[in-house]
Amino acid sequence: MSGTEAKASMPPGVRLGQVSFVWRPWLVLVTLVLAAAAFLVFCLSIGVGDFPIGLSRVVATLFGRGEQVDEFVVMDLRMPRALAGLIVGIALGLSGAITQSVARNPLASPDILGITTGAGAVAVFLVTTTGGTAAAVAGSVGLSSAALLGGLGTGLLVYFLAWRRGVDGFRLILIGISVTAMMQAVTTWLLASADIRDVARAQVWLVGSLDNRTWDEVRVAFWCTLVLLVVVAAVAFPFKPMHLGDDVAAGLGVRFARVRAVLLLCAVLLAAVGVSAAGPVPFVALVAPQVAMRLVRWPTPPLIASGLVGALLLIGSDLIARAVLPIGLPVGVVTAVIGGPFLVYLLVRANLR
Amino acid sequence: MAAQFTARTEAGVQDVPRLAARGITVGYGDRTVIEELDVAVPPGVITTIIGPNGCGKSTLLRTLSRLLKPAGGSVVLDGEDIGRLRTRDVAKKLGLLPQAPVAPEGLTVADLVARGRHPHQSWLRQWSSDDADVVRRALAMTGVADLADRPVDSLSGGQRQRVWISMTLAQGTDLLLLDEPTTYLDLAHAIDVLDLVDDLHESGRTVVMVLHDLNLATRYSDNLVVMRAGAVLAQGHPRDVITAELLHEAFGLRAKVIDDPVGDRPLIVPIGRTHVRS
Repeated sequence: MSGTEAKASMPPGVRLGQVSFVWRPWLVLVTLVLAAAAFLVFCLSIGVGDFPIGLSRVVATLFGRGEQVDEFVVMDLRMPRALAGLIVGIALGLSGAITQSVARNPLASPDILGITTGAGAVAVFLVTTTGGTAAAVAGSVGLSSAALLGGLGTGLLVYFLAWRRGVDGFRLILIGISVTAMMQAVTTWLLASADIRDVARAQVWLVGSLDNRTWDEVRVAFWCTLVLLVVVAAVAFPFKPMHLGDDVAAGLGVRFARVRAVLLLCAVLLAAVGVSAAGPVPFVALVAPQVAMRLVRWPTPPLIASGLVGALLLIGSDLIARAVLPIGLPVGVVTAVIGGPFLVYLLVRANLR
Repeated sequence: MAAQFTARTEAGVQDVPRLAARGITVGYGDRTVIEELDVAVPPGVITTIIGPNGCGKSTLLRTLSRLLKPAGGSVVLDGEDIGRLRTRDVAKKLGLLPQAPVAPEGLTVADLVARGRHPHQSWLRQWSSDDADVVRRALAMTGVADLADRPVDSLSGGQRQRVWISMTLAQGTDLLLLDEPTTYLDLAHAIDVLDLVDDLHESGRTVVMVLHDLNLATRYSDNLVVMRAGAVLAQGHPRDVITAELLHEAFGLRAKVIDDPVGDRPLIVPIGRTHVRS
């Protein structure tokens, strides 16, 4: 209580004309390293295959200075897969960071909240009920839009069921878990009663896979993700005090109900875009923000770093599935192997507190 | 019209209230908690709202701070209807500390207090030199400057409450609303926090708070608002308000009101059933 001038260490500020922000060297450094790592894995993913291309040749080709043979393999054959991994990884990681922050609970990821399962159920519905022929006509873009709608619909359903004079994080998770269970039951029932060939098609998609991506799908996912990134960036500022709870945020002048609705909608759409492009790849959205938090040493999920960890995790898992494991497993199997134990770790930690 | 909503301060001076509720009715869903309530917060003093559990103390404070929207009537802040002000503008005039707030695990004291600057910042201007100065002063005034780098969750309850008050101070308002600032604190820490609140009042701020402990409320406030069943039963200086009859009427409490041996305020001695000399 002394009146002496405190030697409290303030976060250092950076000022550039009208723009000012808090300078956090560690956050910036880790984010840059993550971006570099994501780019490295991205290039490795392009290089690996039946026709291996060295890292330097991949980079040269990416910057338009490669040989013609490489150019065809890189740009036409492998780029869609790697880009899909990058975009879906960022979308899922960011989506998880938002839902975990809004609910103030590490378990609140799109996987747990039913968004990915809902997207999967609707996609399976399309495959099995319209029959293989109709689905083939609709093409994979039709499947993607069905998944997008399914994810969005389930997300909204969970949101409104959890709504009771505001959204409580814990209620959101409980309702999410029950909706997930319902959607899983629907999926199982659809698969059990469908034609065996359709089931095979649906199964491949349900595990989550980056196989056979086309430029069309990647383009749709890219633009959707970009627009959502811009919206999230715009509301990132009023979002800052919301980690302290609704009342404190309101006291600090934030219209939290509106900000939260916009952010949750963005999170649901990001997850749905991710699922529609690569299937319900499990655990990326759950694990990425938690890993990013620990790397950045920040008490809340950092948005950009979470997206980058998501990309790293997804492309890395895909790389492991293709290059290390003997049979070509879909990427979802690898992320599940990594993510399952991590979920157990989170649950145990939550119980210990 | 103004005269109706002015209040008498300790010195007996007529002042325009900073904050006033005019005939507010507040409820949750169909349940009405407060009905047609009028109350005025005189400037420069500590006003404390007391009353039995469930009488609508916190509801009143939350309505005064614009967390709740009244179904009828209005709350007036510096002469303007608070419902028509922008949320940000309210936050620049009125600092609010809700009941038992929780900081994310690992957030440091300096970072938490720095969040108090949010109403003065924008997307582009997120940390100015003013911000650093105000936060430094807020930390010093609440005596938590030495803890600046510690995670909030590693502190004791009393320290933690000081840090939260510090965040509210960093908001730079001279009107502070505190919802039960001594919840979960032992008596020594409660006194410590209330001494801090008194320092804030001494430095010219207007404070409105909700307290559970009647003797602490009596000791630390200049203006008591006694509530029962969603209505104001009595309001004024503790010396004028606190009587055995009022305590019985408001709380159903049998008590003796005596002179405080260490202060110039009344002291409430509750009469229970056991160990009482007849």
